[in-house]
Amino acid sequence: MPRNIIDITDLSVEEIGELIATAEDIIKDPARYQSACAHKQLATLFFEPSTRTRLSFESAMLALGGSVLGFSEAASSSTAKGETVGDTVHTVSCYADIIAMRHPKEGAPYAAAQFSEAPIINAGDGGHNHPTQTLTDLLTIHREKGRLDGFTIGFCGDLKFGRTVHSLVNALSRYDNINFVLISPQELKLPRYVKEEALKKRGIPYQQTDSLDSVIPDLDILYMTRVQKERFFNEEDYLRLKDSYILTPEKLVPAKADLSILHPLPRVNEISVAVDRDPRAAYWKQVKNGKFIRMALIMKLLDIRV
Amino acid sequence: MNIDSIQNGVVLDHIQAGKSMDIYKSLHLDQLDCSVAIIKNVRSGRMGKKDIIKIDSPLEVDVDVLGYIDDKITVNIIRDGQRVEKRRLEPPKKLVNIIRCKNPRCITVAEPQLDSIFLLSDPERHVYRCAYCDTAKGKKNF
Repeated sequence: MPRNIIDITDLSVEEIGELIATAEDIIKDPARYQSACAHKQLATLFFEPSTRTRLSFESAMLALGGSVLGFSEAASSSTAKGETVGDTVHTVSCYADIIAMRHPKEGAPYAAAQFSEAPIINAGDGGHNHPTQTLTDLLTIHREKGRLDGFTIGFCGDLKFGRTVHSLVNALSRYDNINFVLISPQELKLPRYVKEEALKKRGIPYQQTDSLDSVIPDLDILYMTRVQKERFFNEEDYLRLKDSYILTPEKLVPAKADLSILHPLPRVNEISVAVDRDPRAAYWKQVKNGKFIRMALIMKLLDIRV
Repeated sequence: MNIDSIQNGVVLDHIQAGKSMDIYKSLHLDQLDCSVAIIKNVRSGRMGKKDIIKIDSPLEVDVDVLGYIDDKITVNIIRDGQRVEKRRLEPPKKLVNIIRCKNPRCITVAEPQLDSIFLLSDPERHVYRCAYCDTAKGKKNF
């Protein structure tokens, strides 16, 4: 059975530590890894559009000396003819050594894993999970703070459909002394199952609020998210909620000097462009880190050591 | 009220009063050719009232279905008129194709040929979650 990464908890805390260490080593000495995956093929099956995730996977595999095949929208695959996820993935697993897939339906990668001969990496399934973004976030936090424990993190925006938030809350709940502050409008609160499974079961306290201004001075990390138009069945709800939080230089005045601002991107208007010049903005570094941690993950799942 | 005792079959005892028809349907007992007795509101020292189902056929009862609906039910196996085994149930850790996910965003709704898989996430509160999308389902929704 191939090893799959469907949920961030498919990786132990120790394994995440090893991946971060490998990623740090790749950043220091990328030349050492340039042939690590020679003659290996990565398939990127994106049934839903993506810029960063798909290109970072492809860039990661190319930087490891491997090659890439796949599609970037469902319309250009046999899905358009009514083929099931299982059949598509079964077919592709006959050609590729490892598969990264994104799908708009929740649980599609779990379904795919039942039919695949190659390892499956969940590259985002609807509003559910996004474990490789979480690995990116963890590497970024580790590089910014030097640790993965003992801080206050605020999640702000769409916590209901924000799959990156669900995965990161799950991941961080396994580290010590983290204060969770959940900032969202009432309609976009973190789903109960995430709170119950990740926080309540482990006895981890958390604070819920709809006011970013009232909590921003307390935060060590601010994780901003986009209100995602594609997750709403009703456009009226989207229009009403889309501008709930907009981070500007003025809003950051009372924040700590060593705050780190993260965002999985893409953004629409929830972080004003002027914030990009603030040294606390870490989201462009986060984009870069995504490639290095995915290089580490591909190597791990293919059992390649350098 | 007299109900004939059975020679070779199964007696489901300690069914919560009023729930026997749900179990009859869930186990598809309507498809059996043998005698099936549903006895409702039997006096019980422990439960006050209970239901009992007697099945006059040595069939293999799906204990996962029963354990999911009500893990207090006892399953008595009867051979040659004697009880040879009394099985106590517990909530199964995994349910396969017993309940379906209702989350419209779940892949199992879009592709219903996939096995429906639910995993027990909270044994105390009897909460199951869809293995695909994590949507919760309690036994009361059965």
